[in-house]
Amino acid sequence: MSDVSEESVRAEVRAWLQANWNPDLGLVEWRNKLIDSGWGVPGWPKAWYGRDLPPGLVPVVEEELQKAGAIGVAKAGIRTLAAATILAHGTDLHKQKFLRRILTGEDTWCQLFSEPGSGSDVAGAVTRAEMRGNKWVVNGQKVWTTSAHHADYGLLLARTDWDKTKHKGLSYFIIDMHQPGVKVQPLKQMNGHASFNQVFMTDAEVQPEFLVANVGDGWAVTTTTLMHERRGADGLRTWAMGSDRKGRIYEDERAEIATTMEPYKWYPQRAGRVDLIMQRAKETGRIDDPVVRQEIAKVLVMSKAAEWTARRARAAQEQGRPQGPEGSLGKLISSHVARAAARVHTQLSGADALLSGADSPMGGTIAEILVSVPAGSIAGGTDEIQRNIIAERVLKMPKEPSIDTDKPFRDVPRNTVS
Amino acid sequence: MKFNFSTEQEEFRSNLRRLLAERSPSKEVRRLMETEAGWERDGWRKLNSELGLTALRIPEAYDGQGFGFGELGIVLEEMGRALVCAPYFSTSVLATGAILNAGKEADKRALLPGIAAGDTVATLAWVEDNGRWDAAGTTLTVTPSAGSFHLDGHKSFVLDGHTADLVIVLARAPGTTGENGLSLFTVAGDAKGLTRRALKTMDWTRKLARLEFKGVEAKPLGEQGGAAGPFARTMTEAAICLANEMAGVAERLREDSLAYAKMRMQFGRPIASFQSMKHKAADMLVDVELAKSAAYYAAAALDEGDNDVESVASLAKAAASEACLQTAIHAIQIHGGIGFTWDNDTHLWFKRAKSSEILLGDAHHHRELMMQRWAA
Repeated sequence: MSDVSEESVRAEVRAWLQANWNPDLGLVEWRNKLIDSGWGVPGWPKAWYGRDLPPGLVPVVEEELQKAGAIGVAKAGIRTLAAATILAHGTDLHKQKFLRRILTGEDTWCQLFSEPGSGSDVAGAVTRAEMRGNKWVVNGQKVWTTSAHHADYGLLLARTDWDKTKHKGLSYFIIDMHQPGVKVQPLKQMNGHASFNQVFMTDAEVQPEFLVANVGDGWAVTTTTLMHERRGADGLRTWAMGSDRKGRIYEDERAEIATTMEPYKWYPQRAGRVDLIMQRAKETGRIDDPVVRQEIAKVLVMSKAAEWTARRARAAQEQGRPQGPEGSLGKLISSHVARAAARVHTQLSGADALLSGADSPMGGTIAEILVSVPAGSIAGGTDEIQRNIIAERVLKMPKEPSIDTDKPFRDVPRNTVS
Repeated sequence: MKFNFSTEQEEFRSNLRRLLAERSPSKEVRRLMETEAGWERDGWRKLNSELGLTALRIPEAYDGQGFGFGELGIVLEEMGRALVCAPYFSTSVLATGAILNAGKEADKRALLPGIAAGDTVATLAWVEDNGRWDAAGTTLTVTPSAGSFHLDGHKSFVLDGHTADLVIVLARAPGTTGENGLSLFTVAGDAKGLTRRALKTMDWTRKLARLEFKGVEAKPLGEQGGAAGPFARTMTEAAICLANEMAGVAERLREDSLAYAKMRMQFGRPIASFQSMKHKAADMLVDVELAKSAAYYAAAALDEGDNDVESVASLAKAAASEACLQTAIHAIQIHGGIGFTWDNDTHLWFKRAKSSEILLGDAHHHRELMMQRWAA
C-alpha cells in the first residue's frame, strides 16, 4: 500500500463522489453504490467491499463524505459489532449473506450474551444449544438486549457442552430473530424507560451453517465482539448527530438514527449532566452557599481532569505511542463523575429532588439524573469488574485463585434459573 | 502540549529520573533531612552543574536555558518522585518567579545569572504567623528614608528561609490595606537586623524558617507599590509547579505500595491477589492519573498563555492535594504495620504529601478560588 497517501485518497474519493453522489437516490440504493465502490468501508478487505486502507486513512474518507454531504454506510448499534465479528470469524457464506445488508442498514442486529444468571461472568452462560436432527435447538433466556424488539438477527452465545470446562463448552451462533421460538419482551428499568429487552428462546432453531467458528470456540468469538464494543463506545455519539440537510435520503437517515438511538436518550442523564450544574446553582441561588460551592468545585475538578485524561489517552493513540494506564480508566472515572454530579444536583434541588416529571426541575431532567446514574457503574462492566481489569491487566496484579474453570461446567455452582 | 510530551521531553524525563534515583536514594534523603539545613551546598552545586536545573526556566538573556513550564514541571515531578533534598522549589519556582514577574530589567540582570549558575540560593518570604497564603495578609512594613528602604516585622513558613543567600520579601507601605501598597524587596540572608530561626517541621524534607526583621535595609525589586499583580502570577506558577511535584510524590507512593503488595505474602498468597487490594490499587491509579492530567494541562496552560490559567492552577492544586494525600494514606495502609515504622520509607513520602497538601493553600482554599472565577 506504499502508493497510497492522504492526498491520493482524498483526490480519489472526491472524484468518485463528484461523479456518483446523488441525494435523490433512495438510502439503500445509494449505500449499495457506495459499498460497491469500496469507499463505504475502505478499511475492510478488498474481497469484502473494502479497499484495505490503513486505519490512519479511514477518517480521511469519512471527512470527504461529510464535506460532500454524502451519507455513509449504516454504522450505529450492534450491527457494527456483528460485521466486525463476521469479518473476523465468519465463513464466506456468512459474509455473503449478512455483510452487505448490515452496511445498507436493511438488517438490524442484537447481541444475545448476558443472562439473568450471568452478568459480569458472561462465560457462565447457561442458554443451551443442542443438535437435534440436523439443526441446533436453543433454549434459555437472555437479558439487557438492546434493539431485540426490531432486530432481524442475533449474535448468540450458548452452551453446547456441559462436560467441558466453563469457557470450552460455549459456541457462537447467528440466530434468526423472526421465528416462533423467539419471544422478546421489554425490560422496564428503575428510571421508567425500557431501553432493553429480555429474550426468551424456547426450542428456537439455528441452521447448522449459522454456527460461527467451531463448536467450543464461542468464548474466543465473544471476546472479539466485546473488544469491538469497547473500542466503538466513542463512535456512537459522534455518528448519532446525523445531518440536518433537507431531502428524502437525509430524512430516511435521520429516521434510522432516531430508531437506533431511541434506547440511549437518557444516557446524558446517566452521565450526571455536569454541564447543568453551574446553571442550576445560579437558578437556585445555592451558588452562594460555601458548602455547596465546595461540592460543585469537586465535581468540576474531577470532570475536567477526567476530560484531560481521556485527551491524553487519545493523543497517545493518535501518535501511535503505547498507551499509558490513562487509557483503561475512562469507564471507572466516568461513573465517579456521574455519582458526584448526582449528589450535587440533589443538593442544588433540595426538596424539589423529591419530585419527578413535569413537577420537578427542568421538566424532569434533574429527576431523571438521580434515578439513572446508578446504571453507569453497572452497564458494560461494573465498577468492580473495571477495577479487576485495571489491577490485573494494567497493574499486573496476580489473579485470584479460580474455582470454576478447571472442572466440567455441570459441576460448577451457579444460579438456579427461575 | 497539554496532553502529551515531546520525544525530547520524554528523554529529558527518563535521564533525570535515572540520575536522581542514583543521587537521591532514601538513605541520602534521610541523611539530609536530619540536618538543620536540609541540603548541602556541595552536593547541590554538583547536581545542578551537571543538569543545569536552576538555569532551566531562566531566559537565555540572563544566562539561563530558556525552557518553559513543561520542562520545569518534569523536573519538579521527578524531584517529588525521588524526594530530592535541595532548595529547588524555593530558588527556581518562588524566587526566580518573583524576579521574572516583578523585576525590572536591571533587577533581572543583577539577580538571575547567579541563580542560573547555581551560586545563589534564594527564596520568597510572604506568609506570616497568621498563615495566610495571599498577599493581602501581609503586615510586615517598609519605611522609605532618603533613598533607602528598611523592613520591620516578621515572615514565617519561609521555604529554606534559614539557609537562603537571598530572601525576597513582600512588604506593605504603612497605612495601606489589602492588595494596595505592596512591594517586593531583596535582602541578603546575612543582612544586619535579620534573625532567622529554623522551624521544627512535620515534613523533615521540607525546611521552613521564621524570619524576624528589625530595620533591615532592603533593595527594591520591581515597581514600588505594584507587587500585587506579579506576586499573584508567581503564586499561580507556584501552585502549578507544586501540583507537578505532587504528581511525582503520588506516583512514587503508588508504585512502591504496588510493588510491596505483590511481594508481601499472607494466607499463602501475595496480598496483591486479594480483590480488596486490587480495588484499592485501581482507585489509586485513577486518583494519580487524574492529578497528573490536571498538573500537565496546567503547566502547558502557563506556556501557552491560557487566559484562564489562574483557575486551572487552582484546579490542579486542588486535585493534587486530594490525590496525593489519599494515595499516601492508602500507601501506609497497604504496607500495614511496617508502614507505620520510622525505618520504612513510606512515611517520608507520606509527610511530603501532607506538607504539600497544605503548602500554598489546601484543596478547600483552591476550590473556592476556582469558584470565584468560574461562578462570577
